[in-house]
Formats: sequence, structure tokens, C-alpha cells
Amino acid sequence: MRFLSARRRHPLAGLVVVLLGLFIAAGVYASLAPSSDASASNSDLVSKGHQIFLVGCATCHGLNGEGTMTSADTNYGPSLVGVGAAAVDFQVGTGRMPLAQPGTQALAKPPQYDEAEIEALAAYIASLGPGPSVPSANYYDVTNATQGQVVNGGELFRTNCTACHNFSGSGGALPRGRFAPPILGVEPKYIYEAMVTGPQQMPVFSDGVMTPEDKRDIIAYLDHLNQQPSYGGAGLGALGATGEGLWGWVVGMTALVAAAIWIGANGARS
Amino acid sequence: MSDDHEIEQTTEGDEPFANPGLPEHEYRLADIDPAVEKATERAISAMFGLAALLMVAFCVAYFTIDRGETFIGYDASNVALGVTLGLGLLLIGIGAIQWAKKLMGDHEIIEYRHTSASSQSDRETVLADIAAGTEESGFGRRRMIRNSLIGALGALGLPTIVLLRDLGPLPGNSPERTVWARGIRVVNDVTGTPIRPSDVQIGQLVNAEPAVFFPQVSAKGKVIPSRFEGVELQDAKAKAAVILVRMLPEDIHPYPQRKDWGVDGILCFSKICTHLGCPISLWEQQTHNLLCPCHQSTFDLANNAKVIFGPAARSLPQLPIGLDGEGYIIATHGFYEPVGPSFWERG
Repeated sequence: MRFLSARRRHPLAGLVVVLLGLFIAAGVYASLAPSSDASASNSDLVSKGHQIFLVGCATCHGLNGEGTMTSADTNYGPSLVGVGAAAVDFQVGTGRMPLAQPGTQALAKPPQYDEAEIEALAAYIASLGPGPSVPSANYYDVTNATQGQVVNGGELFRTNCTACHNFSGSGGALPRGRFAPPILGVEPKYIYEAMVTGPQQMPVFSDGVMTPEDKRDIIAYLDHLNQQPSYGGAGLGALGATGEGLWGWVVGMTALVAAAIWIGANGARS
Repeated sequence: MSDDHEIEQTTEGDEPFANPGLPEHEYRLADIDPAVEKATERAISAMFGLAALLMVAFCVAYFTIDRGETFIGYDASNVALGVTLGLGLLLIGIGAIQWAKKLMGDHEIIEYRHTSASSQSDRETVLADIAAGTEESGFGRRRMIRNSLIGALGALGLPTIVLLRDLGPLPGNSPERTVWARGIRVVNDVTGTPIRPSDVQIGQLVNAEPAVFFPQVSAKGKVIPSRFEGVELQDAKAKAAVILVRMLPEDIHPYPQRKDWGVDGILCFSKICTHLGCPISLWEQQTHNLLCPCHQSTFDLANNAKVIFGPAARSLPQLPIGLDGEGYIIATHGFYEPVGPSFWERG
């Protein structure tokens, strides 16, 4: 101790203390950080999920997922009690959570956690209160969908989904800078989870009103849309008459007028 | 020739500037070189010939390419038909322009401007003819005949106006009424399944219709088809469409007389925008705002569907709902006001 106390005012002492602290912190993190062991039992999974939650989610959603309020008494991070494993799988699996920054809308991005971590997080959130669980593959597997199912799904899609997500599934605008994302090419599992949990501004479509079979039919219809070639040539994002009209008048008509001028301006001798 | 001399010349004539005359005709390469002329002729006929081949290719593609075959993500048949026909037409156009510009006569022709009026003698003849005609027919003299003819021609307009009545039956009071009435179940659109409050979660949206549009099962288990069909069904359905939403009861601020119009935070509103009648179901479950995609009218469903943005002038009509003996959601009364866009007779 004498050696240490004698050198405690040494110019490098502060640096040594900081390095020591970092070493200890890293050691503690390494021992507590979740390892990707898939065979963990449920309670292990829950405690592992809790550790991830404390590191990546608790800042906004509260230390126990109870949510946090701003000083203006509005929601900063909503309570996660009862949102269920399906909500976690959707939000984290599509990269919407953790948020990169607060904003009008959480955007899809490459997922920040791997599958085992998402499973642990989902197990932890599911342990907070009953909610929809992650659907098993037979709920959204549409490889053997019949034409009748596709037709039924199309009718349900046009009645319930097209208002926001567009008749071709390419998304659309919502008030105040928000938008409904395009849903073509989205994994069937996430489509199913979105219908069950109602992420962000999207309404919930519960099993009591829209049965799992109806949901699967909608996914079958979307799968059909995904596979359909573009019959009319370039789709221009399939955003509807405004986009196509803009393209036709601005680009198409300009090109025609320019071509006509060019033909007139160039004589046989030029 | 000095500059002074030039200026003198131009100021002498009638025109402010001397007529410079035509520039010397410049001959095209095809005019003077027979080889180039031959080559151009061959090139143009090649374009026309290729266009003909493309038309044949169009016909071949039409019959040989099956629907559903794809070509880099596009429908192969449409790509082939469009490319062959478009390219063929383009080649005919380019060929025609090349022909006109390179081979057809291009000698300069002067066409002087002149007034567009007819000659003085022609004008006098016509005016004399008109005067003679008026005199002989007595159009100016026989006023009774003239006026009765004008009256008859005017009356010809009346049948035209009356025939407009055949455009369709008068709407009567149908714009003010929907099929909703006390006791009609609110059921899921498309599937027709009745809805219990326990099926509806917070933040849920149900696109719903009255049960009368779907076949009903009687107490004896017999299926009774809907009394609506065809155009009548479409008309009635378009007016009766509703949305059922569930919010946290504490978020809802109903008018005092509407306090019992919902069930546990479940409210029912007309789906037809009060601006121009678009069906709306762009519901934001967190803000409780309903947005019309046509003109961005926004309604606050937690606050009696008041207009908070956009061109709509009236709140969305609310349908009072309750529960029947089996616990399914029913309408406790029809709409108290007309749904959809305003019309002249509406107060």
C-alpha cells in the first residue's frame, strides 16, 4: 500500500485508475453479457433477456419495462407489460427497435440483435404479462395456398389493408410525416406479427375478428403479389395515379417535345 | 463597295430594310452524288422493310409467348409486343422523316402574304343575294310568322330538358337513410362474422357492415339469404359501411348525449368521408386520428370524430352501439344524421 500511496499524485496515476476501472467493467460485462446458448431453459432465457433489456432498452422503456414519461407527462417509451413476445420479435427482428434516434416513426433497419438474443428478449417481455406469442411457421406458411385462399385474402386485404398500405402493398402517407411502410417482400412472420400486435400507428387485427386462417390468406395474397410480374412495364413504385401522371407529363411529354424540336431543328445538311 | 453606299441603297426603297433576296440554293449530298442518293434510298427502304418484319414478329410473339412468362421481372408477352410494335412504328417514322428531308424536293418557295378577305365583287353578290332572299320570303314583313317560328324553335328545348328526367329515379330521402336500425348486428366486412367486445383489443380497427348484407342462420338452423343483392346491395353497402375502433375509455371525450353510444371504449363511426364520400380507414391507433386518403381530411375519433384538418366540413356520423342478448355488438339506433358528403336538400 505504501508503494501506491506514495505514487498517488504521480502524473500517470489518473490514467492507471481509469484503465483499471475499464478492465473491471469489461470483466463484469463479459461475465454477465448474454452468451448465445440456444439450449437455455426458459428462466435462463428470461434472465438473459433481462440483461439485454437493461443494456439496450431500459433507458426508454424503464428498468422493468414499465415505460417512462416525459416531464410534459407524455409517453417517452411505452410500457411493455402485456405486449407479448410477438411484438418484441417484430420490433427487434425488423430492426425498428432499438431506436437509432427519437422521431416521428421507428424505421426498419438491419436488426441489431441476433436471433438468440431476440428470443431471450421476447421471453423476458412475455414474462411481464400475457400477450401474443411468436407464431409458429404453420400460421404463416403459404407454400400450399389454394387459389380460393388467395382470392379470400385479396378481398380481406382490399377491405382492411389497402387504405394505408396501398392496393399494391407499396405503402402510403399518414398525418404529420408518418407513413405506412411498403409490405411487399416482408417476411410472412413479420406480417402476421404486425397484424396481431398493431405496431406503432397500425391498428390491431385480433384473432377474434380476423381469424388466423384469414390472416394466412392475406399473407398468401401478398405472396401472390410478390410473385406477380410487372404487367404494365416499369411499375414506378406502384404509388398510384399521381406518381404515374407526374412521370408521364413531366418526363414523357418533355421527351416528346424535345424530340419534335430536334427533328425540326436539324435539316438534311446539318 | 463602301459602307456608305450600302446604307444609301437601303434607305431609298419603300421597305425600311432592303430585301436581301433568297440565299443561293445549297444542294444536298444526295442531290449531287448519285451514289449517296442510292445509299439513302436503300437505307430508307431498309427501315420500312425492318418495320414490316417487326410487325410480323409482333404477330408471332402474340401467338407464341404464353401469359405469365417473365423477362427480367416483366411480363414477357407484353415486353415482346411493346418492343416489336413500338420499334416498328419508330422505324416508319424515322424513315418518313429521312425520305422527306434527304430525297424529296427541297427548293425554296416564296409565298407572299395577302389579305384573306374575298374580292369586292364576291362580297357584293352575296349581300345582294341575302337582301333578295329576305325580301322574297317576307321574313322582315310577316312578323307573326317570324315570331311564331322563333317560339316553336324555342319550345324545341323543352322536350330536351324533360327527357333529362329519364337519367334515373329521383333520390327521394334515400341520401338521408342507411339500412342501420335498432338491433342490427355490427359484423365484420367480407366474412360477416358477428363481433363480441372481448374480440376487440385496444387499438383495434374493424371494417364492419350491418349483418343484413350477409346470409343469416335462423333459430332452426336454416340459412336465410340476404334480402339485398346486385346493384341494390352495392348501393346500400356503400352507405352503411362503418368502422369499429377500440380506445382506452379514459382517452374518449364524448358529448354528454353520446355517453352511452359505445361499449367499453368501442365506438362505431361511418366509414364514408363527409367531404366527398371516400371510404376512410387510415386509423392511427396511438393518436386516434382517422385520415382520408383522398384530400387529407383528418377526424379525431376520440373526440366525436371532429374534423381537425382538411376540407371536410362535418364530423363523421357516429352509430350508437350496444350489446344483444348473446353479447354481440348491435346498433341501438340508426344514424341520427345523413352519412357521406353534403347534398343540396340537406339542412
